Amino acid sequence: MGKIFCKPVSLSDQATHYCPGCTHGVIHRLVAEVIDELGVRGRTVGIAPVGCAVLAYNYFTFDFQEAAHGRAPAMATGIKRVRPDLIVFTYQGDGDLASIGMSEIIHAANRGEKFTTVFVNNAVYGMTGGQMAPTTMPNQRTTTSPFGRNVEEVGMPIKVAELISALETPAFISRQSVIKPKYVVRAKKAIKRAFQYQIEKRCFSLVEVVSTCPTNWGMTPVEAVQWAEDVMHPYYQLGDKKSPDPIKDKED
Amino acid sequence: MKGNEAIGEAAIRAGCLNYFAYPITPQSEVAEYLARRMPEAGGVFLQGESEVAVSYMIFGASGCGERAFTTSSSPGISLMAEGMSYIAGGECPAVFVNIMRGGPGLGGILPSQADYLQATKGAGHGDYRMLVLAPASVQEAVEMVMTAFPLAEKYRNPVMILGDGLIGQMMEPVEFPDHLKTEPSNKDDWATNGMDTRKSDRRNLVKSLYLDPELLNSHNLKLKAKYDRMKREEIRYETYHTESDYRVLIVSYGTMSRVCRTAIDELRSQRLDVAMVRPKTVFPFPEQAVLVASEKESCEQVISIEMSMGQMVEDVERSVRGKRQVHWFGKCGGEVPTPEEVIDAIKALVK
Repeated sequence: MGKIFCKPVSLSDQATHYCPGCTHGVIHRLVAEVIDELGVRGRTVGIAPVGCAVLAYNYFTFDFQEAAHGRAPAMATGIKRVRPDLIVFTYQGDGDLASIGMSEIIHAANRGEKFTTVFVNNAVYGMTGGQMAPTTMPNQRTTTSPFGRNVEEVGMPIKVAELISALETPAFISRQSVIKPKYVVRAKKAIKRAFQYQIEKRCFSLVEVVSTCPTNWGMTPVEAVQWAEDVMHPYYQLGDKKSPDPIKDKED
Repeated sequence: MKGNEAIGEAAIRAGCLNYFAYPITPQSEVAEYLARRMPEAGGVFLQGESEVAVSYMIFGASGCGERAFTTSSSPGISLMAEGMSYIAGGECPAVFVNIMRGGPGLGGILPSQADYLQATKGAGHGDYRMLVLAPASVQEAVEMVMTAFPLAEKYRNPVMILGDGLIGQMMEPVEFPDHLKTEPSNKDDWATNGMDTRKSDRRNLVKSLYLDPELLNSHNLKLKAKYDRMKREEIRYETYHTESDYRVLIVSYGTMSRVCRTAIDELRSQRLDVAMVRPKTVFPFPEQAVLVASEKESCEQVISIEMSMGQMVEDVERSVRGKRQVHWFGKCGGEVPTPEEVIDAIKALVK
């Protein structure tokens, strides 16, 4: 009998630095599977963010550049403009993309840059030790919102997928989740579609992925999954927000 | 040709077809010129959303192995300084042109040399330097832009052209020397140009993060070795009347040095002998040339003349090593000191 399931070629053998219960590993694997399946590993360049995924390049086996905080979309723009034949994606967290890098992501999306963004939303700054993010939920406690996020003072969490969908430039924008297997299957489909649009030189594509951070949420992995489903999913509604295909939009 | 347009054309003639920029006075003509010219040359022109973003577009383009450059002016360069630090840390070639205006803050839009320290001592954070070339004419700006690309590749480090507003706005006849057109170096051993492109199974990584203190220290030693090599191989300067005796030695660069030349001619006709060293590279600084010129027996005083409140004077003092008195004369509001003002400043030294 032949092998029917194995590690993607695009993933390395490096032991993970991510915490127990963190979903970065799942999302890395989905990206690697998609790149393998599309056969583009030899012309792919990933852009690592600042945050927990700054070391993402240790886990992938293709070319990688490391950006400064929030600047990954500008770097991806630079690569894609001078080498449109390369397949480029940014892998960014919520502090990186939705706070310090908001300008870069909005303008890259609005220019219709033909790269893909995988946006991991776990409602907290992970690498710096659990501070409040623009995506932190109302009343959620973090090290810089010790009494819970006060929306009177700092506003409501930013819905990135909806925000970027408001731009007039055609794009594929989807929000998915990886906290349970049924969501993981759908997330992979969306990530694959995002890369396919890039390969077809169609449009900018972004997949927001609702994710967990048990360490900085102060929960067990099981509690974290439950919290994400109970608190994050109702606010961060899953599904495709925008698509360059009008027919598929109607199906949504 | 107008300086700013000549700078844009020089990059194309040098073999750089990728330009990213954000408009800012007094160098927006570079972007306006290239917005028309780049498509014609089959190149990339993109107006970024900010100077911060532009510096990373340059980083991305350069990191994947292509030549790329940008132009800006003082406040814009401050914003790009973050990217410069990452580009130097990530060891990528890149060319930045700073057509300096007055500061601090918004300052003014007229010519200045007030970004000397920023350019030569590292604009962004961390231990890094840029090779900084300072043109004194439009022709020299053209030649420096054309040589900047192979130099950036030689060192895998950003190179800056440090011009003042006059260099950008001035109209002078120019030639684009064919021999300065160069082929980009092969970057397969480090650039993220795709494994298929370089027909390799080994992936490349462009990064500046070294969490291990020993690795970071050796990375910094490697960078330092490059800056030391620049000091051995890249120092460029010009001397004026240093072969005969002189009582005062001027050190001046860029447009300011042209005014000093006129002043020196006039002073010499009045039998007050003055000479000049004009740095063409301000990093690395021509320390030895300034030291030797200052040590001449007839030389009584040294003066740094610059369109700033005394920035290069620190490098001049360092070079002279206390062997002569070092003075400063300058102006910083956007008016270039006149030859008469320079003459008065020199006469005040030797009265």
